[in-house]
Amino acid sequence: MALALGRKPIGLDIAPVAGRSLWQDARTRFLRNRAATASLVVLVLVGLFAAFGQFLAASPPDYVDFGLLGQVKEQGAPSLTNGHWFGLDEQARDLYARVVQGTRISLMVGIVGALVAVVVGTLYGATSGYVGGRVDNVMMRIVDILKSIPYMFVLILLLMVFGRSIFMLFLGIGMISWLDMARIARGQTLSLKNKEFVEAAVATGVKPLTIILRHIVPNLLGVVVVYATILVPEMIIYESFVSFLGLGVQEPNTSWGALISDGTGTMQYGTIWQLLFPLFFFVVTLFAFFFVGDGLRDALDPKDR
Amino acid sequence: MLNYTLRRIAIAIPTLLILVAITFLLMEAAPGSPFATERGVPAAVLANLEAKYGLDRPLIQRMGIYIWNIVAHGDFGESYRLKDRTVNDLIAQGFPVTLVYGGIAFVVAVVVGVSLGVTAAVRQNTRLDYAAVGITIGAQVLPNFVMGPILILVFTLWLGWLPGGGWQGGQWQYIIMPVIALSTSYMASIARITRASMLETLNSNFIRTARAKGLPMRRVVMYHALKPALMPVLSYLGPAFVGMITGSVVVDLIFSTGGIGLFFVNAALARDYGLMLGLTVLLGALTVVFNLVVDLLYAWIDPRIRY
Repeated sequence: MALALGRKPIGLDIAPVAGRSLWQDARTRFLRNRAATASLVVLVLVGLFAAFGQFLAASPPDYVDFGLLGQVKEQGAPSLTNGHWFGLDEQARDLYARVVQGTRISLMVGIVGALVAVVVGTLYGATSGYVGGRVDNVMMRIVDILKSIPYMFVLILLLMVFGRSIFMLFLGIGMISWLDMARIARGQTLSLKNKEFVEAAVATGVKPLTIILRHIVPNLLGVVVVYATILVPEMIIYESFVSFLGLGVQEPNTSWGALISDGTGTMQYGTIWQLLFPLFFFVVTLFAFFFVGDGLRDALDPKDR
Repeated sequence: MLNYTLRRIAIAIPTLLILVAITFLLMEAAPGSPFATERGVPAAVLANLEAKYGLDRPLIQRMGIYIWNIVAHGDFGESYRLKDRTVNDLIAQGFPVTLVYGGIAFVVAVVVGVSLGVTAAVRQNTRLDYAAVGITIGAQVLPNFVMGPILILVFTLWLGWLPGGGWQGGQWQYIIMPVIALSTSYMASIARITRASMLETLNSNFIRTARAKGLPMRRVVMYHALKPALMPVLSYLGPAFVGMITGSVVVDLIFSTGGIGLFFVNAALARDYGLMLGLTVLLGALTVVFNLVVDLLYAWIDPRIRY
């Protein structure tokens, strides 16, 4: 391990050695992975598209161009002249603006799902693993049981009973997402809790909760970050699945799944662009997430190859 | 083994009960009566309707009766919207269809996925390997609701080779696309898992010994490496099965195959609680039982696994 030497040692003609933290090492490794770096750029672009894309739209996502309603097939194709870059959807709304809106919601679902997993899953798993014994047994049995319930049906049930809203969607997705994270965090905690630094903390009288928050959780971060990037696309797929069935987001809101569903419904009439644009964004973003996840795993967990 | 089996079953039963309880509680929490949409119904009629479906009883009692009916008579209750049809009728109508294309899709996913993974691992770092890895990465971002529309677009609208939907008693040209749409992403996952674990197995000592005593590669792979390499795949079969059951909902919607999934979506859209309840319990039970079987198989095949 290199020592950080701020100044040039006197009398020796050696260049000062700059210390590198674990995170710097990880960054170097990540950037060396071309596919992961390119995917990160793609993700940033998609993020920018979701955040600022609406400023380039010809009309807001809920504006119906009545002049073209009913002749979307003939006049609604993507064109640069009338500003409908992606064409019109079946209700003669600007598809570009719709895709921006859908991207925003799909990304949000993915990120909220991952965040819930990170916060709830990590704390739950770390607590279970650290406390151990009977508590651990009970806590993990609960996860096992919840895990073996087919959640897609419960999610659909939830949306059906309490009405379809984005809040319910977030809640439903959040309820599913943390289970695997809890198991992973617990596994890591089990191997951490016998390390010397935890022993030292116990010996100096640090309270268990503080040990979990200050000593265990920070050491879990690498694994948690990697797993969270894998979770995001998974949650996006969940949401899109439900929305594809028409049971997720509700008009005038939309998401990739709903847009793909709309496009599927109309493709036989020749308006293929209504399917292809949302499909393109869905596939490209998911691809990028998977590659970034892979890159992060290699970067943060060099042992596991 | 017996001990483990009993313990696993002891977990499966509360899981099923929790599923039934969640479903019941959610329906109880739904605002209004399930018959409220039929406007202008006099209170007396409404009370009669609720009495007919047993909704005037307390929750626990209803749950008990419901579970008893399933266990003792195999009766999953009645649809609240499709009058004079029981959930059993609808299951009898849709389930065989789902079972046919779902079963084929499951077999295809496992066979193709395992072959692809094994081939890629044995020929590691050749073009074949890269092609296989490429396919699995690509297929990973093509879940059934993406794959379905793409298939219809290509094979029905552009090439005109296959019908875009329908079932027609299960003729082969109506089965192909549902099977591909349903199996692709699971095939990819199985191939990825197989490749990774096969590579690990091929690098282990007992394989080196087998090679060293002069066995041909084919024999080493088939007789020595395959079984240990497939253990992680086996544990993935549970999630894959669940995913396919859920995915059948999408397949029924896209390809109008008339399986059980379509009833599920329609029940959810029409707020048909009776049908929802029946289908959720049936599909949930299937999942739990399948997971149980996989777990037991796992413990039976791999004697090192003890919980």
